[in-house]
Amino acid sequence: MARELLKGNVALAEAAIRAGVEAYFGYPITPQTELLEHMSKRMPELGRAFLQAESEVAAINMVYGAACTGARVMTSSSSPGISLMQEGLSYIAGSEVPVVVVDVMRGGPGLGNIQPSQADYFQVTRSAGHGNYHPIVLGPASVQEAIDLVTLAFDLADKYRHIVSVVADGLIGQMMEPAELPPMQPVRQERPDWALTGAKGRPPNTIASLVLQAEPLENFNKHLQAKMQRIKENEQRQLEMWTEDARLIVVGYGTAGRVAQSAVKRARDEGMKVGMFRPITLWPFPEKRLSPLADQANAFLVVEMNAGQMVDDVRLVVEGRAPVEFYGRMGGVVPVPEEIYDVIRDLYDKLPASGG
Amino acid sequence: MTTAVMTEKLVYKRPQALLDVETHYCPGCTHGIAHRLIAEVLDELGIRERTIGVAPVGCAVFAYEYFNVDGTEAAHGRAPAMATGIKRVLPDRIVFTYQGDGDLAAIGTAEIVHVAVRGENITTIFINNAIYGMTGGQMAPTTLPGQVTTSSPGGRSVSLAGYPVRMSELLANTPGAAYIVRRSLHNVKEINRAKKAIKLAFRAQMEGLGFSMVELLSVCPTGWKMTPPEAMQWLEEHMIPHYPLGDYKVSDEVRALAKRR
Ligand SMILES: Cc1ncc(C[n+]2csc(CCOP(=O)(O)OP(=O)(O)O)c2C)c(N)n1
Ligand code: SF4
Repeated sequence: MARELLKGNVALAEAAIRAGVEAYFGYPITPQTELLEHMSKRMPELGRAFLQAESEVAAINMVYGAACTGARVMTSSSSPGISLMQEGLSYIAGSEVPVVVVDVMRGGPGLGNIQPSQADYFQVTRSAGHGNYHPIVLGPASVQEAIDLVTLAFDLADKYRHIVSVVADGLIGQMMEPAELPPMQPVRQERPDWALTGAKGRPPNTIASLVLQAEPLENFNKHLQAKMQRIKENEQRQLEMWTEDARLIVVGYGTAGRVAQSAVKRARDEGMKVGMFRPITLWPFPEKRLSPLADQANAFLVVEMNAGQMVDDVRLVVEGRAPVEFYGRMGGVVPVPEEIYDVIRDLYDKLPASGG
Repeated sequence: MTTAVMTEKLVYKRPQALLDVETHYCPGCTHGIAHRLIAEVLDELGIRERTIGVAPVGCAVFAYEYFNVDGTEAAHGRAPAMATGIKRVLPDRIVFTYQGDGDLAAIGTAEIVHVAVRGENITTIFINNAIYGMTGGQMAPTTLPGQVTTSSPGGRSVSLAGYPVRMSELLANTPGAAYIVRRSLHNVKEINRAKKAIKLAFRAQMEGLGFSMVELLSVCPTGWKMTPPEAMQWLEEHMIPHYPLGDYKVSDEVRALAKRR
C-alpha cells in the first residue's frame, strides 16, 4: 500500500474498516464528525452496519448490543459525547464484550469549544464509567499512529474482551498527513462461543453486568482486576528518544508529546541532556520503562493540553525520586515548541551540577 | 380411576421457551403471565432458537434467566438501542425487548421513540403497571392522576407532576411503526387477546414489516398495596378507562398478514 495524504478523522475511520469493523454507531460532534461521515459512506458500500443514533447514549448502547453478537464494533465521539456514554461503557466493561471507542478530544468543561484538548485524560483512563475498571487507552501522536493504534485497538479488544479507547485530540483528527493504510481484513465470519446468536442446538447464552449477591460480585471484580493485571504486564507501550543519558525527561502524549518532542530536539541540538518519553498506552501507563528512568534523571517535565492530569500518573511512578514539573495549556490552546523549549531551558539551568 | 388417567389429555405444560426455574416475581404479579405468553408464541412460531431477548432495568431485570433463548440485560431505558445494535448485525434473528413503564416511558423515551421512527424491525413487549415496581412503588410516567405512590403520597398531582403518558397512542403516530396495540392481562379473555397480539407482533417482525409493540396493562399488587384480586379489579376499573384497549396502529401489511392463517 502506498502512502497517501489523509485527514486524521478519515484515517481513524478507514483504519477501523480495514480492521474488519462490522458495525458503527455514532452521533455527530465536532471535531470528529468526518469520521462518522466517512463511515456513513463506506460501511453500507461494504454491506456493513452504519447507523446515526439519536444520541451518544443510544449510540453506545447500540454498540453494546452489537458487541454482544461477537462482531467487531465501534463508536466515536468527542468529549461531551464521551461523557454521555459513561453508563453504557460501564455496562460493557461489566459484560466483558469487546468494543472500540474513538474520542477526538475538545476543550471543556461543559460545551467548551471545538479546539484540540487533552482534558479527557481522567475521564478516559480512570474508569470511563462507574465501577472498578480501566479501559485500555491508546494515544496517537500522528495520523499514521492513529491508523496503527486503531488496528491494534481491535486486536486488544478481542484478546481481552475489553473496552479499548483511542484518544486523539482535535488536532490529530483534523490535520492531514501522509500515511499508509493497512490492507483490508475481511469481516470475521465465525462468532465467539459466548456470543448471542440464537440458542440453536445449545443452551442459551446470556450477557449481563448484573450480579446481585455481594460475594459473587466481589469475585467478578477480582476476575476483572486479574485481567487488568495481565494487561498491565503485557501491553505497556511508549516511545523514547534520547533518554539513555537524559538528566531532564519530558513526558507528553499525543499532540502535546509531539510538540514537546520538537522542543526536546532543539535542546539536544544545543547540547542539553534532555530526553523525550511519550506514553502510547495511557492505560496501562508505561511505568515499567518510566520507573527506572526516575533513578537516572534529575527531573521530569510533563507537558499536557490540560490543567495537569497525566502528571499524576507520572508522579505515582516517580514516587518522589525526582521533582516532576508541569507545563500545560488549556481550553483548546495548543502549545508551540518555543514555549516548551523555554520551560526546558529554565528547568535545565536549575538542575544540580552534573556528575553528582 | 385408572382408565381416566389413560385418557388424560395434556392441555397445559411449560413452553420450551421458558426455563424450568423459579422466578422472583411477587405472587399475583402479571409479569409471569406476560413471560408465558411470549414463550408460547416463540414455541408456536418455531423461532426460539433464533430469538435474542433484551431485558430491562425494572422487575423484569432477570428475564434473560427465565427465557430459554439467548438474552442480555440493558441499562435502564436502553433496551431498544441494544436491540437495534443486535438486529443491525444479525438481521435474520428475532429480537425483542421487554420493558416496564419507567424503563420505556420515562428514562428510555428517546430510545423507544426512535426505534419506532426508524421502523426498526424488532418487537417490544411493554408492561404498563402504572408504578415503579422494582424500586418500591414510586410514581411512574404512567401513574394515574390522584394515584398514591411512595413518591406521590398525596396522590399524583397533575399540576406538579404532569399527566400520565399514553405510549401506544404516541408511538402510533410514527410512520415506521407497523403494529402498536394495547391489551390487558386482568382476565382470561383479555389474556387470550393479548397472546394473539404478541403473536402477530412477532410475525410482523419475521416478515420484516417494521417496529411492533404490544402494551400490556399489568398489575403490581405489591407496589399498589392490594391483594391480587383487588389489583385485577383496580386495573379494570381505573386503568382501562385511562388506557383504552385497542389497536392504535396496524399497517396495511400487518393487516394483510393477520388475515393469512
Ligand atoms: C440509570 C438508572 N436510574 C435508576 C435506576 C433505578 N431503577 C431500577 S428499576 C427502576 C424503575 C423500574 O420501573 P418500571 O420500568 O416501571 O418496571 P417495573 O419494576 O415496574 O416492572 C428504577 C428507577 C437504575 N437502575 N438505573
Ligand atoms: S413489585 Fe410489582 S411488578 Fe415487581 S414483581 Fe412485585 S408485583 Fe410484580
